[in-house]
Amino acid sequence: MKTTAKVAGYEIRDVIRSRWLIGYALFFLLITDALFRFGGGGEKALLSLVNVVLFLIPLVAIVFSTVYLYAAREFIELLLAQPIRRSQVFSGLYLGLALPLALSFVAAIAVPFMVHRGAATAQPGTFAALLLIGVALTLIFVALAFLIVARTEDRMKGLGIAVAVWLFLAVLYDGLVLLLVSIMADHPVERPLLALMLVNPMDLARVALLMQFDVAALLGYTGAILQKFFGRSVGIGATSLAILVWVVAPLLAGMRAFRRKDF
Amino acid sequence: MIEARQVTKTFGKLTVLDQLSLTIRPGRVTGLVGPNAAGKTTLAKIVLGLVKPDSGSVEIDGVPIGADDSYRSRIGYMPQLARFPENLSARELFEMLTDLRRPTRDVDDELLHHFEFGGALDKPVRALSGGTRQKVNAVIAFMFRPDLLILDEPTAGLDPVASGVLKDKVMAERAAGKTFLLTSHIMSELDELADDVAFINDGKVAFAGALGELKTITRQSNLERAIAEMMKRGAAA
Repeated sequence: MKTTAKVAGYEIRDVIRSRWLIGYALFFLLITDALFRFGGGGEKALLSLVNVVLFLIPLVAIVFSTVYLYAAREFIELLLAQPIRRSQVFSGLYLGLALPLALSFVAAIAVPFMVHRGAATAQPGTFAALLLIGVALTLIFVALAFLIVARTEDRMKGLGIAVAVWLFLAVLYDGLVLLLVSIMADHPVERPLLALMLVNPMDLARVALLMQFDVAALLGYTGAILQKFFGRSVGIGATSLAILVWVVAPLLAGMRAFRRKDF
Repeated sequence: MIEARQVTKTFGKLTVLDQLSLTIRPGRVTGLVGPNAAGKTTLAKIVLGLVKPDSGSVEIDGVPIGADDSYRSRIGYMPQLARFPENLSARELFEMLTDLRRPTRDVDDELLHHFEFGGALDKPVRALSGGTRQKVNAVIAFMFRPDLLILDEPTAGLDPVASGVLKDKVMAERAAGKTFLLTSHIMSELDELADDVAFINDGKVAFAGALGELKTITRQSNLERAIAEMMKRGAAA
């Protein structure tokens, strides 16, 4: 545990000096501030933010981590040549990447929220949910990056896979679901659709977040079904559980691949 | 010191090491030679646990590697390519490794002084030249007074002065009883440093033994010619 913390600590020192991370934090800071300033700071501002968060966090987390891990290959070799366990190196590297990404997002959103507190009419609970889901998405997509890098030797190919995974989950998946619905129009598709939603972490995050708002129209097809199927509170519980599974599963798969990998 | 038995490693369809068996004797400098992609680096990485063999075993002083990771506290490793976290300085890197290894003795900073880094130690590693990074690498390998040193192309990229400093260090540590596993493309360097030679070709050991013995067998006066002779005979056979 101590070793893991040390590895993570030194990696964080490296990562926080990266211009990309600073740019990422600044972007969220400016956009949140602007939304509060010009958008009135109510539910509308938060809703706009939700859309940015849902698309941007997974993209940045998976691409930044993939690029970082390929560039750090020799550094990882150096760490693995030390008398420490591979699992410790993996956990340290994971935390060293996920924590700075997650914390810079949290800080960049939380600071404008605090500053404009008076103007904010949205529920603090909704805001907290946004932070939590943003962190969960970061954890999930950093873990996916580890999985991709551990299993792909070629860095251009790995980066391509990372972008493709994001594109698929963010855009193509919903299109395929809609296609399926239109093909199966004559059949009851509610239950299979629910299962399909649980399989995509970005869908899950969207539904979990939008359930906080009273805007069923924005929930999308799967979200509307979920709301109807579970009702609000059970729905939140179910999506939270599914997100938790999504955080843990890629992490374990990534760790497994990392431990078997030849460096 | 190191006993490799029947080690096989394949990467996809490519068999890099093919039932390779080799003994590295303690207190000596063993030069690993062979054509490009002969499996030298792979062998070194298997000893370090960076690469997992498909079959076979490697023991260090009779203890099989892979059981736990503490054996690496006895090894100093200087990899071929020296790239570090871009935004950390060399000094932070030394700090980190000291922190991770928690040495019981004081660290060996002899190379640190002899290399004359000047202000380079506090700059982010990304700003350093290839040669300077290689020096940082060398300092790291010797820092924790390991009794086994694995140096992969150690002098590549070093200027003659730095290269001389490193070779002197190798000879001094060898005299102090340290064991070295050294790969190099520069045969004259191995001629100078190595006691034993292991010639690896097609994933197998084509010759292993004292440098003098190799020269006697091949009737050549220097290593470069001796290895060339071995390769010719290999091709003829």
